[in-house]
Amino acid sequence: MSINKTHFSEMHVAGEARPPYKGYDAWFAKQNTGRLATKSEEAEAFFRRSGITFNVYGQQDAEERLIPFDLVPRIISPREWTKLSKGIEQRVYAINAFLHDIYNRQEILRAGVIPTDLIAQNDAFLPQMINFSAPGDVYTHIVGTDIVRTGEDEFFVLEDNARTPSGVSYMLENRESMLQMFPELFSSIRVQPVSDYPKNLRRSLEASAPSGCKGRPCVVILTPGIHNSAYFEHSFLADQMGVELVEGHDLRVVDGHIAMRTTKGYKRIDVIYRRVDDEYLDPLTFNPDSMLGVPGIMDVYRAGNITIANAPGTGVADDKAVYSYLPDIIKFYTGEPAILKNVETHRCSEPQQLRYVLDKLADLVVKEVHGSGGYGMLVGPAASKQELSDFADKLRARPSNYIAQPTLSLSTVPIFTESGLAPRHVDLRPFALVSPKGVNITPGGLTRVALKEGSLVVNSSQGGGTKDTWVLED
Amino acid sequence: MLGKTAGGLYWMFRSLERAENTARLIEAGVRIALTRSTTAEAEWQSVISTLAAQQAYEAICEGYDSAQVVNFLLREPSNPSSVLSIMKSARDNARLVRTALTTEVWLAVNETWMLFTDLLKDEIPQTELPAVLATIRQQSGLVRGALHGTMLRNDIYDFCRLGTFVERMDNTARIIDVKYYSLLPAPSFVGSRLDNVQWETILRSVSAHRSFRWAVEEDFTAPAIAEFLILDRRMPRSLAFNAGQIVNSPVASGRGIRHHTSVT
Repeated sequence: MSINKTHFSEMHVAGEARPPYKGYDAWFAKQNTGRLATKSEEAEAFFRRSGITFNVYGQQDAEERLIPFDLVPRIISPREWTKLSKGIEQRVYAINAFLHDIYNRQEILRAGVIPTDLIAQNDAFLPQMINFSAPGDVYTHIVGTDIVRTGEDEFFVLEDNARTPSGVSYMLENRESMLQMFPELFSSIRVQPVSDYPKNLRRSLEASAPSGCKGRPCVVILTPGIHNSAYFEHSFLADQMGVELVEGHDLRVVDGHIAMRTTKGYKRIDVIYRRVDDEYLDPLTFNPDSMLGVPGIMDVYRAGNITIANAPGTGVADDKAVYSYLPDIIKFYTGEPAILKNVETHRCSEPQQLRYVLDKLADLVVKEVHGSGGYGMLVGPAASKQELSDFADKLRARPSNYIAQPTLSLSTVPIFTESGLAPRHVDLRPFALVSPKGVNITPGGLTRVALKEGSLVVNSSQGGGTKDTWVLED
Repeated sequence: MLGKTAGGLYWMFRSLERAENTARLIEAGVRIALTRSTTAEAEWQSVISTLAAQQAYEAICEGYDSAQVVNFLLREPSNPSSVLSIMKSARDNARLVRTALTTEVWLAVNETWMLFTDLLKDEIPQTELPAVLATIRQQSGLVRGALHGTMLRNDIYDFCRLGTFVERMDNTARIIDVKYYSLLPAPSFVGSRLDNVQWETILRSVSAHRSFRWAVEEDFTAPAIAEFLILDRRMPRSLAFNAGQIVNSPVASGRGIRHHTSVT
């Protein structure tokens, strides 16, 4: 599928730079293409030397890969950012209220706003969380909301990523690279900084410590280990925050608390920022074969002696079926209409909708309800006849496993190529931090870009790249 | 510090030291092979046994031909002590303990790993071998230099050093052990000229050929060399030097560590 004429170009409209891009456009016009190409190679060499790489699942002995970095920034005006950040804050607030409700009084079910099956049949719903309030009533401490744009004022939320969103290290490293490569840009264009994120993350996690915690809370990051695809990010954040990076076997339960084994004995931990999925968290409660978790951590959690961020069971708020009800969920808990729109979503579990989806398959994007990372999805307009018919069989076999959305005409931002600027589709993942003290959203986020011409898939596991994201100062 | 981190640092620096020592053993082997071709096979055999790799070697190789041995020691993936394998392990440990390392040390290790992966991609032609071995030793020095120049002098640093000293002492002890007992055809050769040739090789394999002459005012006699390698505290690869460093390390002597299991 090629980029059609209707897509929104964020940098240039009718040959003119849009207002947020004016300063950059003027600077770019004066640059020598050869010099920029050299800078681009230098950036890549720096990423590789620094080990800013990720592993791809399902590829034995695969080389560690770089996420390609494009040196043309994605620029957002202060006005656009105000709307985005208000919308994200509202969503994040509603998601936390929803999670607390769903694991306690379940008023939203009683009010008939969402069907009971949506929760009862949901694998991500954890019975262990019933009648329990997470410390400070915060369930999703870190949220990465995926947003796409289709027009001047048209922003849509694509996914809420309330479990363990990744990518924030690239937001930070991309800015760092841009500052190194083009310091002059930042003296002429005033860009809001992102470098406070690690400090804010630590503060936010400390503020979420259990109420019984005395003194400065001890925070750690729990990683599945060096073979995890996001290991670089785990070690990067631990390093930047100044906290220990632990694995399951470093931890155990001591006197009703979680403690880590150090060279000076066991040290008590108050907050775990875990990058391990729910089912591996506690072999005594969930998957008994898990070597990644901590036996007994759920008992400590329910006793109120540890904060787990994000809380177990938050996945119930971000599967794609629940997503389709989010406007109703926001209305229910905030009394306000959603500031950021959802993408129109067809639930294949409903027979009428399934018929529609099968009928229009070639025009739609179909996703697994619990899928992520761009795996197992169908992009109708890009699929062959055979692929469409194979996918239709899958849909008929397990309709409730899928949702479908129209193919959005994602906005484009140019990337730098040897032959000049070339438009590519982008999305945006801003990062929100939630603590009992409030919500903090870093201005900007991670812009992912589909490097293949015409492609709409921006996931790094599927050949996407990233850009630095600028929010201009007011 | 996490117990796991202490272990990771210790093994990371053992691995780096081992890569360097292996390169040095190969250099000494190459020299013997060039100057005394009749004893080359035996020399390579002794290098392999110094590294305790006979079993792994004989499982996949026959005979002790120079090119084959060198390939096994530098590149063989099934040899856990090949320079390539051991550098991978050092870098894995560095990733594991990334938060304990300065950027300089991490970059030095990661770059070394990238360089070795590229350098040892294909079999090394004999003409390239000296340059490759020199690079291996230089990179090891680079990492050590980054450690000395940038790391805080705390228990993290002490565990790094501990790994280096243990591996180095182990290496020197193995060399003395193998050379003395397996290379002499008969006890009557002790003190003979052949014996001296072997002892000279030993000095070369611990980079002490030159320092011996400066430090010891004696000829290359077995007792003088043995004393130098075992007892001389000025010599950074002697048993006494390394044993002293190990015993005085705050993390090894227990002075820096309190042992208790209660929660602090």
